[in-house]
Amino acid sequence: MNKFFKPLLVHIDSFLMGCLFFTLMVGLFVLYSASGQDFSKVYDQTVNIVLAFSVMWLAANIAPHQLERIAMPLYVLGVVLLVAVELVGSTSHGAQRWLNLGVTKIQPSEIMRIAMPMMLAWYFTKLEVRPSAKHFAQAGLLLLVPVALVMKQPDLGTALLITAAGFYVLFLAGLSWKLLLGGTLSLAIAAPFLWTLLHDYQRRRIEILFDPSQDPLGSGYHTIQAMIAIGSGGFAGKGWLNGTQAQLDFIPERTTDFIFAVFSEEFGLLGNLLLLSLFSLIILRGLVIASEAKSTFGRLLAGSIALTFFTYAFVNMGMVSGILPVVGVPLPLISYGGTSMVMLCLGLGILMSIATHKNVVAT
Amino acid sequence: MAFFVMSLFGLLALRFIYLQITQYTHYQTLAENNRISMVPIVPNRGLILDKNGVVLAHNFFVYTLEITPSKAGNLKTTIAELGQLLQISKADIKRFAKLKSESRNFESIPIRTHLNEIEAAHFAVNHYRFPGVAIKSRLYRHYPLGKFGAHMIGYIGRINSKDLVALEKSGDLSNYKGSYHIGKSGVEQFYETQLHGQTGFEQVETDADGHAVRVIARSAPVPGTNLVLSVDSKLQEIAETAFGNRRGALVAINPKTGAVLSYVSQPGFDPNLFVDGIDVDNWKWLNESLDKPLVNRPIRGIYPPGSTFKPFVAMAGLENAKRLPPYRISDPGFYSLANSRHRYRDWKPDGHGMVDMQKAITVSCDTFFYGLALDLGIVRLTDFVRHFGFGAKSGIDIRGENAGLLPTPEWKMRRFKQPWYQGETVIVGIGQGYTLVTPMQLAQATATLANNGVAMRPHTVVAMQSPATGRTVNVAPVVQDRIPLKAENIAIVKQGMMDVTLPGGTAASVGANAGYSIAAKTGTAQVIGIKQNAKYDSSSINERHRDHALFIAYAPADNPTIAMAVIVENGGHGGSAAGPIARKVMDYYLLGKSPNEPAVKPTKAKAVQPAGHNESAHDE
Repeated sequence: MNKFFKPLLVHIDSFLMGCLFFTLMVGLFVLYSASGQDFSKVYDQTVNIVLAFSVMWLAANIAPHQLERIAMPLYVLGVVLLVAVELVGSTSHGAQRWLNLGVTKIQPSEIMRIAMPMMLAWYFTKLEVRPSAKHFAQAGLLLLVPVALVMKQPDLGTALLITAAGFYVLFLAGLSWKLLLGGTLSLAIAAPFLWTLLHDYQRRRIEILFDPSQDPLGSGYHTIQAMIAIGSGGFAGKGWLNGTQAQLDFIPERTTDFIFAVFSEEFGLLGNLLLLSLFSLIILRGLVIASEAKSTFGRLLAGSIALTFFTYAFVNMGMVSGILPVVGVPLPLISYGGTSMVMLCLGLGILMSIATHKNVVAT
Repeated sequence: MAFFVMSLFGLLALRFIYLQITQYTHYQTLAENNRISMVPIVPNRGLILDKNGVVLAHNFFVYTLEITPSKAGNLKTTIAELGQLLQISKADIKRFAKLKSESRNFESIPIRTHLNEIEAAHFAVNHYRFPGVAIKSRLYRHYPLGKFGAHMIGYIGRINSKDLVALEKSGDLSNYKGSYHIGKSGVEQFYETQLHGQTGFEQVETDADGHAVRVIARSAPVPGTNLVLSVDSKLQEIAETAFGNRRGALVAINPKTGAVLSYVSQPGFDPNLFVDGIDVDNWKWLNESLDKPLVNRPIRGIYPPGSTFKPFVAMAGLENAKRLPPYRISDPGFYSLANSRHRYRDWKPDGHGMVDMQKAITVSCDTFFYGLALDLGIVRLTDFVRHFGFGAKSGIDIRGENAGLLPTPEWKMRRFKQPWYQGETVIVGIGQGYTLVTPMQLAQATATLANNGVAMRPHTVVAMQSPATGRTVNVAPVVQDRIPLKAENIAIVKQGMMDVTLPGGTAASVGANAGYSIAAKTGTAQVIGIKQNAKYDSSSINERHRDHALFIAYAPADNPTIAMAVIVENGGHGGSAAGPIARKVMDYYLLGKSPNEPAVKPTKAKAVQPAGHNESAHDE
């Protein structure tokens, strides 16, 4: 028995796995409530989880130096596919994101989410010297090209996450605070100028993004109702399946982007703090793995994955609780949906691989 | 890094404490005892008026019975119980189900429309039994003139899933909360943004039964812009009535401004049928009728121009220094290519004798234009007449234009994989062959010629009035193109066209006793596409195989203020079938003279409401 299972589980990080499993369980319970007690959604999500676990297991069993080898080809493939989407992709809901391969449709921007940190981590590993400003500029260019292509689709949420993933690598590779500050400042100076270049309707969209109350019948409605849900949850919550806001259909997108409002209404401040703790444990474990990584590649990639996971969680909870503008980012491990689940578990699988392949010498 | 993560998560935790502990009572009150709902206040749609202020499209209130699904409990029993109280048909329930699937649960959806006072009162008494059900009044669109000008004015219809996608893409979706209709064709569609206005909203606190307790915030709607068209509804009636029960199209334009004076597509239809969703029978009839009443003939109908093409071929010839005076031919009644025995026949078997350019236009000499077309060559010919707007959309403010067709050798190779033959050039000279034009293009080309080569963009809307500010903005005429034409060449073509309506011309009867001078050109176009009618009875086939009658004209010839194209499908000869219609329109426009027989019963005219009678004074 043990003989058979042990080799299978040798690359699974038990601490990460424990946190992950517990969070997913919470997620399934919330989903059952959020979907209006629709068991088929819970079933679908379970299938997604099984699939995501398989991907995670595979990733965990691939040694980091193997990943290092495929980083550049994967990045190039991603860019090529993004260009292909631009040229021949199919449009749905006004955005051109999908590439139809005949058998299946793929969304190349998803590939970029993992290919981007891998590519940049590979780039800084290959340098073998302390990166200078010139190197950061080159890396910045590598980051900017795919992000621009994704923005053009347009898919603001994914573009933001790819940027974050790449940016964290730059930061971990030692990007100086001075450069960072300079970049932010020049953007701030350029902003009013860029503003004048936008169309009226584009400006209006951005205004609404930052001030939802300007559009109380559209996206502002989401935020207002979500805040009522969270606030009325109180200290201990209204109890599972008892959230009036959630059950009476006041919360839009309540199984996907706004599922946190359902959770928060039914489980209250206690639930929120529990969820924050679970996420913190996963992220901190990721950062520990990064700091203990034997190779530069492993350190940069692991750090980026952990921080990207954090970005997900922070942006989603921030937008639902009304301190960040509404962009389409799901709550990690809780929101309904296969793609996001698979991508997250792929990331966690890579973390496990970096954690458990310490003895293997990287090239 | 860990510090960075934990401090931002700490920020979130503080936010949660603020919302869930500090503000708990506030949000708890909102969630438990009250519900906040956003009630959109739909703006009044702008009116459409003719140039004299006669109302072509306006709004009126009807009572509707509406259900808000999230507040109504069991919908099936609610509807069944309502059905015992008021008449609710299967179609009503079907429509409700469809609307519900397209709406959010907290939105109010009509189950019955057009309630009368008694029904409304009957429900009011029983209101307490039906939580989440309410009587509302909604604005409905009405077109007082019915079928007159229907293809130009267009109509509005229910917002469908396609419209929703378009609205979402343009970012206008939230402005359509509470709106159930959107412009589907004609001016109603083209000027949708202006006509719709800006939706207002009320943020109201409601109790558990859905009754409004108090208004927390309100922003007023901005009503839609009123549009003033350049048409005169009386002229429109005269023009449409002049067609009788014949099919066809007429477009009249002021050549100096491009303003559309009349826009006829016969047969028409009653746009009021579409406002609340057209019923199956009428839809079937409108779609399957052989007369195709839904086809917007002025911009969608494509016809061979026939001899009405000749003035433009003539301009091409003169501007390319072909057939300049005193060039003349002796017309034997036919034309043959150099090494061919095939005879291209003139419509007059014995020929027209000695013919120069001016006379060729006046008597519509085919032989003359066969030779000219060949001499010019197909490329030079089409390149030139393209300036008059043939082969391209006119740019009128009505959607769905057909660009027609100016054939070229490249086009034929693309389309048929065959080379171009000389004989095909020959017949383009008399507007036959592959050439296809819309009545709109023909009218626009005539107007451009009348205006000495200055093409004005055709448009139907001449002014926009804002009901909010009371300000009127006039739409400025736009010069689309200036064709550099020599004055002496224009004079020849125009003189030829003026002689058309004088004794000896092909439309002498049209010009008789007019009291003003008319420049015109007649045309007859062979009907193609026989196949599609083959299954109908023979008498019908014969009628539908007859030639199309065409007529272009402008007047007064020395200082034109109206230019037009008329097409009567299967009407026979242009001068006798289409000419008299043009004459009636010009008589009214230039002299204020109505045709002898009263066009419309007086009661119809009474239904027209003066502009002062303005429903948009109401707020909701």
